[in-house]
Amino acid sequence: MYEKILTRNCGLPRSETIDVYLANGGYEALRKALSEYTPEQLIEVVTASGLRGRGGAGFPAGRKWGFMPRDPAVERYVCVNTDEGEPGTFKDRELVEKDPHQIIEGVILASYAVGAKRAFVYIRGEFFLGVKRWIKAIDDAYARGFLGKNILGSPYSLDLSVHRGAGAYICGEETALIESLEGKRGEPRKKPPYPANVGLWGKPTLVHNVETLANIPHIVNRGAAWFAGIGTAKSAGTKIFCVSGHVRNRGVFELPLGVTLREIIEEHAGGMASDKALKAVIPGGASTPMLTPDQLDTQMAFETLEAAGSMLGTGAVVVMDEDTCMVDVARRLMRFFAHESCGRCVPCRVGTRRMLDILERLETGRGKAGDVERLRDLASSIRGLTFCPMGDAAVNPVLSGLKLFANEYEYHLKNKHCLVPQHAAMDVATA
Amino acid sequence: MTQVQIRDPAARSRLLTALYIVQEQYGYLTPEAIERVAERLGLSTTEVYSMASFYSLYRTEKTGRYVLQVCDGLSCHLVGGAERLVDYLSQRLGISPGETTPDGLFTLETVQCLASCGTSPAIRVNDALYENMTAEKMDELLETLRGYHV
Repeated sequence: MYEKILTRNCGLPRSETIDVYLANGGYEALRKALSEYTPEQLIEVVTASGLRGRGGAGFPAGRKWGFMPRDPAVERYVCVNTDEGEPGTFKDRELVEKDPHQIIEGVILASYAVGAKRAFVYIRGEFFLGVKRWIKAIDDAYARGFLGKNILGSPYSLDLSVHRGAGAYICGEETALIESLEGKRGEPRKKPPYPANVGLWGKPTLVHNVETLANIPHIVNRGAAWFAGIGTAKSAGTKIFCVSGHVRNRGVFELPLGVTLREIIEEHAGGMASDKALKAVIPGGASTPMLTPDQLDTQMAFETLEAAGSMLGTGAVVVMDEDTCMVDVARRLMRFFAHESCGRCVPCRVGTRRMLDILERLETGRGKAGDVERLRDLASSIRGLTFCPMGDAAVNPVLSGLKLFANEYEYHLKNKHCLVPQHAAMDVATA
Repeated sequence: MTQVQIRDPAARSRLLTALYIVQEQYGYLTPEAIERVAERLGLSTTEVYSMASFYSLYRTEKTGRYVLQVCDGLSCHLVGGAERLVDYLSQRLGISPGETTPDGLFTLETVQCLASCGTSPAIRVNDALYENMTAEKMDELLETLRGYHV
């Protein structure tokens, strides 16, 4: 058994309340940091811990903090990214609904370190319970003196408020999130300049994922060396893996980074849901290239998944058995990306739509000669050529499917139906 | 309209919240609702409409009292969710996705990932999320909702 860190309170009754959080050592890290650390020292601690962003990109958190301007006269902001929407991902929802104060403590610590006096929570519009939990937790934190003027009697003050999004996956991208906070369409901005220089209302802004921030209080309490000792050399700490698809026990599992995919699926998720064999696994959310059964011993860490040709992403593990049609999987994921394309740049807006058309035709037995080549051509006109990383995200599932399961695409084209016996979509059609 | 942005850039940040408020009042974003928001925030109606059309939670057309949104995500599909539930609801309500029942009670829609992949199939009804859905649970829910309007 591994020690649970971020999810340690999640199983407790009324875990979302400030009383339960305080009874379990909550806000001790804030007390410690405000009395013992200067902001610079806190940045050093987080840098030394090796904490990397948990929203998908894995950028070192301490370095990100270091990019914020030194000049205290410059107004600046911190944003909490709760726009979880990558298909297969449901970890931030767990943390927000079950232990919001842990994140708030992380936000205050991060804001103190970078000298921000104003912070915003940006939450996905669909998360009604999450919005309620955030608002209640923030109100309680104000009432107990953890937010507002002169926090815990220190000279440091911080205001935190909730901003509800309205249904747009792209707003999880940090510059789109900032646009949306400003009351605009969530279209990503050109980078550079990065938000650390020009962010919300043109001011330096630090944007962090919920899970990243939840780690901060523990790093402060138990030290950088302790944190760096968990996980692998380049991926410190634990990760909340969300496992879905054809496994026995779907759910969230907090495990040290570096555990193997096999351990996650076979031990923690209880193995396959039926006696069917495993066919493929999406290791880190919809946009990460698939892995195959021969890669089950891959360690789930940033560097090892990259070496395996994929990405850790959000740690959303989607397990698929042998009866899963890979053309259908690609079609479903492309439906998502085509729907969520913000429309700003042509390769993504038009390209995802055209790829979806082809995938729909192939899957429904209307494929045309040359469709597979057309998919590859379109993918190469999107990949690396879009305004934001969404273009790459959208083509990854198709490219990895074409690489690993090209025979299924060819089979669809030739035989006008699936190679796999009868996948779920067909069951429904005939039910 | 540009004057407002120059005067107070933060004012525009209220746009998303303002749209939620008028949508709640009017049921959906009617032309009148959009005009009111534009006027109050000093924006053009085009700008407000541009926002309303970008975000999927804003509606510019009338919906039923209850909007049934079935998650069409990959994880829901893998456990036999999306289509099965949509087909079932279509049959029960006599409408296709995108349509509203003649009594104005239900609108059926499919949506993308609701972050309920561990508890799929999932369906959202207005502000509430229902997980691990089955046909029986769906029937119960429809009955309960209908019960409010007898």
